[in-house]
Amino acid sequence: MKLRWKSHLLLCATLGLGSTAFGVENLKIGVAGALSGDLAPYGTPPKNAVVLAAEALNKKGGLLGRQVELVLVDDACKPEMAVNGANKLVGEKVVAVIGHTCSGATKAALPIYQNAKIPLLSPSATSPELTLSGNFPYFFRTIPHDAAQAVLEAQFITQVLKAKTVVVIHDKGDYGKGLAELVDQELKKRSVQVLLFEGVTPGAVDYSALIRKVKRLSPEVVVFGGYHPEATKIVSQAKQKGITAKFISGDGVKDPSFLKIGREAVEGYYATSPADLSTVPLAKSVTADLEKKGESPGNFGLAAHAAFGALAAAIAAVQSTDPDQIKAQLHQAKVDSTLGTISFDPHGDVVGAGFSVYQVQGGVFVDLRFVPQ
Amino acid sequence: MNEGVAYFLGICFSGLTRGSIYALMALGYTLVYGILSLINFAHGEVYMIGAFVGLVFAGLGTILGLGPVANAALALGAAIVWAGAYGFILERVAYRPLRRAPRLAPLITAIGMSLFLREFVILAQTSDFVAFPPLFEALPSLPQGWGEFVLPSELLILCSTLAVLFGLYLLVQHSKMGLAMRSIAQDPEMARLLGIDVDKIISFTFVLGSALAAVGAVLISAQIGQINANIGFIVGIKAFTAAVLGGVGSPGGAALGGLVLGLTESLAAGYLSSDYEDGFAFLVLVLILLFRPAGLVGKNLPEKV
Repeated sequence: MKLRWKSHLLLCATLGLGSTAFGVENLKIGVAGALSGDLAPYGTPPKNAVVLAAEALNKKGGLLGRQVELVLVDDACKPEMAVNGANKLVGEKVVAVIGHTCSGATKAALPIYQNAKIPLLSPSATSPELTLSGNFPYFFRTIPHDAAQAVLEAQFITQVLKAKTVVVIHDKGDYGKGLAELVDQELKKRSVQVLLFEGVTPGAVDYSALIRKVKRLSPEVVVFGGYHPEATKIVSQAKQKGITAKFISGDGVKDPSFLKIGREAVEGYYATSPADLSTVPLAKSVTADLEKKGESPGNFGLAAHAAFGALAAAIAAVQSTDPDQIKAQLHQAKVDSTLGTISFDPHGDVVGAGFSVYQVQGGVFVDLRFVPQ
Repeated sequence: MNEGVAYFLGICFSGLTRGSIYALMALGYTLVYGILSLINFAHGEVYMIGAFVGLVFAGLGTILGLGPVANAALALGAAIVWAGAYGFILERVAYRPLRRAPRLAPLITAIGMSLFLREFVILAQTSDFVAFPPLFEALPSLPQGWGEFVLPSELLILCSTLAVLFGLYLLVQHSKMGLAMRSIAQDPEMARLLGIDVDKIISFTFVLGSALAAVGAVLISAQIGQINANIGFIVGIKAFTAAVLGGVGSPGGAALGGLVLGLTESLAAGYLSSDYEDGFAFLVLVLILLFRPAGLVGKNLPEKV
């Protein structure tokens, strides 16, 4: 008899330890993005930042009296894997999802979340059509879209670099080509001559022929729309072949790997990327907490933290997991986040977070504090 | 020199550099296919492993304070030996047990080995890109005027490839080993009856093909300066295309196919658009197979009865 009583106690203890105390189900939130593959450096820091935010929230008692449970999904930035991941998250009945990392993967997964009415908040997918098309009312992002970036790039090229001739290269992807097309349009509006607009295949053996073509055209500036692996390959081969043009890209290249692999070849390279947040107090403390765990916020970690913060605030405000109420609350509320005070416009784009122009100087990205005229 | 001519030559050298790598890789496919009628889909991963070994040993050489030439030789030598060992083990583990199985079985294990090796390198090393040491920095500069259309490193890649191809030609056509390889390609049963150790020759073929892939991997990685675990995939597809283009099973055809494919891609990128580089490569493949179904130099053999 004594033994049986003991075992009952043990059973209760186990239940209590598991976060489903008193039979209350966990509140599930999905985290989807590139956790493996070439682009894992863009997807892993956001995941780590969300894990940190969720841990902090759970310590304070979670949301709606329930513990938050994160469901992680790896899409390696591949559309087909993103679709599988989205289906998995829908099956897990998540309340909302933070992700995905890349625009192409996000675009592929969006219809699935749309059908299931699951709000999606991406810290890094910057392709303009995701929000501007108006097809996905449950989609939000805590990063400005590429059109904002493209305008800034074009302003920098005309106002600071004062270039008249430009070559635009892209990686044929949703992000790279999308950004390149927007920069191309913005440059033409400012009557800059675009000598060449061409795509390269990521992963090709080399880009030697294209680089000889660029050298022959001798532009003042080369714009590359894409990610850092191709960027380093192109710029280092260009330097080998004696091209002196200045290079500029979007946030897809602003990664430590870019500096590590490109070494001297990327010195002087320009990149637009979300503004430096070292003055925002919450950003400081989150960065410090991540570093305590041996992690770093990367490019999009703070944006992911902000996305999670905005979502948690919305759920707490409406005291419900109803997607329509969450959506409405996200649209109207102002949130203090790692990005400063942010809100969302009617398209779902973030208001209050912006881009800066950086340059590689002495092996680090330096914010040039460029203010367009 | 006329600017247009210099540009044309430059584009050709771009194509020949890339084509050299395709050719070295295509030989691995074609040698194995010639002997086993097996497409070794894990060949691209052996190439990738060759690049990683080259990276590790080049780094080691730098730490040991070796000169640039000694360092390049160390990286290349280590990559050849290591990749050769991988080729040997690959054949032992994945293909030899299936020698008498239906032809689909080794094909599936080949794909399996390809995935396994790639994931293995991701777990053991990294999924990220890593910088490859610039082994060609110490090359002497070229005579006046050459710089307009070719880099010293491109010339080095092309010359090394041609030297390796010539060595391979001597090996296949004028050595006992080559004779044994060719006899197995013709009729493995008969070769066995005549006292040739067929398994040994097959192992040797795998080691040889892997070593060629490692040479290509180290040469091009030193040129472009970065590698990751996925670099074998596209090169593998292109080299396989080159092998088919030249006539699969024919070493001369593979070498020619590689150079033709590289030149086609380069000319398409240089004069049309790099958007359609791959499209043109495969268009040429389709055209050649339409008019010469056995490839550029392949012979149209009647089906064996």
